[in-house]
Amino acid sequence: MTAPSSFLGPLARLRGRAARRDGSLALQDGSRVGVIGGGPAGSFFTIFLLAMADSLGLDLRVDIFEPRFFTHRGPAGCNHCGGIVSESLVQMLAAEGINLPPSVVQQGIDSYILHTDVGDVRIQSPRDEKRIAAVYRGNGPRESEPVEVAGFDRHLLDLSASQGARVVRKMAQSVEWIDGRPRVTCPDGSATDFDLLVVATGVNSQAMNLFSDAAHRFAAPATQRTFICEFRLGADVVRATFGTSMHVFLLDIPRLGFAAIVPKGEFVTLCLLGDDLDETLVENFLRSAEVQRCFPGGTIPPLACHCYPRINVEAATRPFGDRIVWIGDSGVARLYKDGIGSAYRTAKAAAKTAVFSGVSTEDFRRHFWPACRALDVDNMIARVVFGVTHLIQHSSVLRRGVVRMTAREQAQAGSDGQMSSVLWDTFTGSAPYRDILKRTMRPQFPVMLAWNVIAGSLPFGGASRRGRNHGE
Amino acid sequence: MASNALGRVYADGETIVTQGEAGDCMFTLQEGRLEVLVTLPGRPPKRVAVMEKGAIFGEMAIFEREVRSATVRALGEARVLTIDKKNFLRRIQEDPTLAFTLVKMMSQRIRHLTLGVGERRVGPQGPRTDGPERRRL
Ligand SMILES: Cc1cc2nc3c(=O)[nH]c(=O)nc-3n(C[C@H](O)[C@H](O)[C@H](O)COP(=O)(O)OP(=O)(O)OC[C@H]3O[C@@H](n4cnc5c(N)ncnc54)[C@H](O)[C@@H]3O)c2cc1C
Repeated sequence: MTAPSSFLGPLARLRGRAARRDGSLALQDGSRVGVIGGGPAGSFFTIFLLAMADSLGLDLRVDIFEPRFFTHRGPAGCNHCGGIVSESLVQMLAAEGINLPPSVVQQGIDSYILHTDVGDVRIQSPRDEKRIAAVYRGNGPRESEPVEVAGFDRHLLDLSASQGARVVRKMAQSVEWIDGRPRVTCPDGSATDFDLLVVATGVNSQAMNLFSDAAHRFAAPATQRTFICEFRLGADVVRATFGTSMHVFLLDIPRLGFAAIVPKGEFVTLCLLGDDLDETLVENFLRSAEVQRCFPGGTIPPLACHCYPRINVEAATRPFGDRIVWIGDSGVARLYKDGIGSAYRTAKAAAKTAVFSGVSTEDFRRHFWPACRALDVDNMIARVVFGVTHLIQHSSVLRRGVVRMTAREQAQAGSDGQMSSVLWDTFTGSAPYRDILKRTMRPQFPVMLAWNVIAGSLPFGGASRRGRNHGE
Repeated sequence: MASNALGRVYADGETIVTQGEAGDCMFTLQEGRLEVLVTLPGRPPKRVAVMEKGAIFGEMAIFEREVRSATVRALGEARVLTIDKKNFLRRIQEDPTLAFTLVKMMSQRIRHLTLGVGERRVGPQGPRTDGPERRRL
């Protein structure tokens, strides 16, 4: 993970300048960094911070506060998520030398199946290769066998520890400022002062209350309630029924947003997003014919494990200050997609800033905030993309057109797959929403869609249900 | 090899990259071993390196528009993950440090190559043709 020092020479000089300019607000040899939260954001930050510091010969001490061991099955050991590591993140991590071993990847995904009331269609990965990882964030659902599941979060936390970080298995209970430095106190009364505090607590704990101190002008991100559950079907049934595909649903059910079923070993994970998500919405979804026919015998099995976690839907206000920075979900995340990828980006931007520039408000504003801002701006475009998806979801004429266009593209080897690539990137989070929107604005796209909408609406206009059986 | 794993599994002897072909991606070897073969005009293919798990190869296609400089084949079953050029270059624009691992790996290869040249000149056993990641792709 370390980079050649010759390559970093100019950066090291830059860092030196920053240290001189900001005096005590740059990290020095022996500086202490505290990271609250050992989810993906906290671990990515630590891995990159230590690698970059090592390449400069800078000796830092990092403590990660994380009460979870990620070894308990069920919600206690898990960071509640669909567990999809996006195609782009899998590739970037591989290029960074972070590979996800088969013990962590419950299922490599090579295709998406879009389920609608007017047909299903399979969208194959552009490279016909498993480049999306379905992982457990903890040690599997409550009812799983006591298997050696290597959860994703545990894998990253172990990597952080192997790079020299100290994992403190305690919750951070309070944060005070002593002579301009953050002090973290744990429930057992132990307290540590840090030169930099990194907040990576996500949005599913009370940790945001630790920072109500108005001096930092930080305001926590807006969140939304979601639903996740697991069904135990057995590995053979999962393989035969759900295969190596992620199953997404575009159904005209009131308040339903995004819905997906992800195969993972002997379980499948269901994730639901929607407005005011409650049990009624979950029931309505599970009662729909499109969902039921995904399961063997059309019967929905009992839930093995379920929870209603929150998701970041709007960036935090000013997620940085002198000697403090908020990363991952507790700062900014991509809307409804690739939250782990956002954690990677914001964590890396914060690590780079801390090592190469400094840890003052101004350093974070200049070098960390642009990465967050880019996500935030893309999220504005995402709202337009999801607005259009919403329209399609509630119009059977449009749904027919979309399914027909996609099925035809998938049936033609070598076609440029305009709708397929738009849907693929929308579902997988593989490309910025800006790129997706741009592609839909090319003149051929609306023309082809309009043609497929018309053809799909004609009585014999090209078998709107041809997509059934996954577009084959 | 685990059927749930990422990437694509290549059978023993199957070709991943062919010398002379244009490339639009690089690769990471997730599991298994690969051999690197170079064919010079009028000569049979010659193995110049063996790559082990974790190796990144094909990166020259990311930075140049040249054709592949060698053929890469699976030595036994091997699992390989592709990294797209477009995706990777876009991310490098946003985050230049993403290139650090590649730069480090390329500098290690140059070091090996330099040592190899030295060995060839002075080594008691003559030139070695085999060795991990000796040749850039
Ligand atoms: C329904 C749903 C489905 C999702 N599906 C996906 C998906 O498929 N793919 C994807 O990329 N993203 C997905 N996400 C988003 C993803 O879960 C988050 O973006 C990601 O987990 C953020 O990582 P993080 O490290 O910032 O926070 P978290 O993963 O929430 O980790 C925070 C950590 O901080 C610890 N912590 C909290 N408080 C304290 C404290 N006081 N002291 C010490 N430690 C503390 C917690 O124990 C936890 O380990 C989904 C989210 C939801 C809600």
